[in-house]
Amino acid sequence: MSDVVVAGVGMHPWGKWGRNFVEYGVVAARAALQDAGIAWRDVQFVAGADTMRNGYPGYVSGATFAQALGWTGARVSSSYAACASGSTALESARAEILAGRCDVALVVGADTTPKGFLAPNAGDRPDDPDWLRFRLLGATNPTYFALYARRRMALYGATEADFAQVRAKNARHGLENPNARYRKDFSVDDVLASAMVADPLRLLEICATSDGGAAVILTSADWAKRHGVADRVKVRAISTVTPTFPQTVIEMPNFSTDSGVAFSADAVTPFKAAIAQGAYEESGIGPEDLSLAEVYDLSSALELDWYEDIGLCKAGEAERLLHDGDTEIGGRIPVNASGGLACFGEAVPAQALAQVCELTWQLRGQAGARQVEGATVGITANQGLFGHGSSVLLST
Amino acid sequence: MPAIEGWFTIDDEPVLLGNRCTSCRTVYFPKASFFCRNPDCDGEEFEEARLSRRGKIWSYTDAQYQPPSPFIAPPGDYQPFAHAAVELAEEQMVILGQVASGFGVADLEVGQEVELIVEELYSDDEHDYLVYKWKPAGAERDGVRA
Repeated sequence: MSDVVVAGVGMHPWGKWGRNFVEYGVVAARAALQDAGIAWRDVQFVAGADTMRNGYPGYVSGATFAQALGWTGARVSSSYAACASGSTALESARAEILAGRCDVALVVGADTTPKGFLAPNAGDRPDDPDWLRFRLLGATNPTYFALYARRRMALYGATEADFAQVRAKNARHGLENPNARYRKDFSVDDVLASAMVADPLRLLEICATSDGGAAVILTSADWAKRHGVADRVKVRAISTVTPTFPQTVIEMPNFSTDSGVAFSADAVTPFKAAIAQGAYEESGIGPEDLSLAEVYDLSSALELDWYEDIGLCKAGEAERLLHDGDTEIGGRIPVNASGGLACFGEAVPAQALAQVCELTWQLRGQAGARQVEGATVGITANQGLFGHGSSVLLST
Repeated sequence: MPAIEGWFTIDDEPVLLGNRCTSCRTVYFPKASFFCRNPDCDGEEFEEARLSRRGKIWSYTDAQYQPPSPFIAPPGDYQPFAHAAVELAEEQMVILGQVASGFGVADLEVGQEVELIVEELYSDDEHDYLVYKWKPAGAERDGVRA
C-alpha cells in the first residue's frame, strides 16, 4: 500500500470563546495549510467532522468549512461518529487518497459547546436512549465514567489518589501547551480537594466541554515528494471498528449491556482493546514499538484503563506504570504529552484530530517543552457514544 | 403510573420487562424491536421476559450535581442520589438504574446483592410517575441495613 502523509496540522486554541464553530475550523484549516505550505486551491477533497450543537451548518461541516474558505469546486464529505468523528473524517480523506481519487485532502473539526454537562438537544424523544437515560435515570456522561472508575477500584485496588495522580501528571504535561485551555499545575492534593461530581470522580478529574478546532492535511506520498512537501510523518493505520456482540461493558448511553446467554463473551475482545488492536493489525506495529500515546482521558481513571487497552501493560498493572513514571514525559512511554483532555476539555469533532496534531508535532520534534525525545511512533485512542471509537497510528 | 410504558411492573414485587429472542434466547432490556442483535441470529420473534428481581452490583456511583434536562428534579433543594449497574446472573447482563432513595454510595459495594423496587421519579398535577430502582437486598428503607 502506498503511504499517506500528514503534510500539515493546525489548531485553534481550546477555550470557552463563545464564538461560531466555523471560525475555529477556518483558523485551524488555514494554520494547517500554512504548516504544509499548500494553497487552499490545491485541496481536492474536504472532510468535515460534524457537530450536533450548532444547527444545520454543523451537520454539513465539510461544505460549511469549504464555503467559509471559499468555494473551489473541491469534493466534500461530512462525518458524524460522536467522539470519533474526527478520525472518521480522517479515514474518509485517507480512503480517497488510497483509492487514487485525489492527492490532497483537508480534514477539519470544530465545536462550540454549552456550559456544564453535555445534554441531549431539546425536545421530547422517548425513542432515543440518549434522551431516556437523562429522563429516567439522570445518568450523565460522568455517571458512566464513575462506574468504570469504581469498578477499577474494586477489581485492582486502585485508589482515588491514583486517579488524582493521573490528573496531576497531565496538568504538568499541558503547562507549556499553547493550545491547551487549562494550563495550571495541580497537585494530587489539589485534585482530591476539588468537589465530588460522581463518586469517586471529582471536578478536576472529569473532562470539561470546550470550544476548539483542529485540522489535518493529508497527501499522497508521491504528491508530497513531487511538490517538496514535508513527508516525515506517515499514517500507518486508522481503526474505526465497532464493538463485537455481546458487549459486556455498559456504554453510554445504554441502560444495559448485551446478554451473554446465547454467546459467550469470553471469546470477544472488549471494545476499547479492539479499537487499538485494529490499528496494530493494520500497521504491523505493536505496543512495544510506541514512543508515545494520546488517549481519551474523559476521566482521570479512564486513562488507566487505556494503558491496558492499548497494550502498554497487563490488566491491573496501570497504576504501577503510573507510579513508576513510565507514562510521564521522560518516562518509557509518555501518555498524553499534550496534557490530554484534562487540559483541553473536549471539543467533540475536533478532539480526535487534536490527538493527531499532537502526534505529528511530536514525531517532527516540534513539541517544544513537552517534546518526547526521539519520538518515532505514536498512537491515539478514543471512544464515544453509540459504539464509536478510533485509533490512529502515525510513524516517521 | 410508570414514567415509561412497558419497561417494568408496578406491583408489590416489581420486575423489569425485557424480551427474549425465540430463536437464540438472547435477552434484551429495554425490549428489542423487530430484529435480534446477535450477529449470527436472524430471529425476528420475541417473547416477553420477566427479568430476575435480584442481582449483584457491578459498579456504582452517584450524582452530586443535578443532571440537566430532560431529567426532572423533584421540587425543593436538589438531593444527590446514587446509581448502580447490576449484574443479573441468569440473564448474563448488567442493567443500570438509580438506587432507592435514602441509600448513598456509603451503603453500596461491588458484589453486593440488590433487589428491584419502584419509586416516584417525578410528579405533576395529574400523576406520580414511577421508575425502577435498585435497593440493597434485605435493607430497611432510609439507608438502614437490616
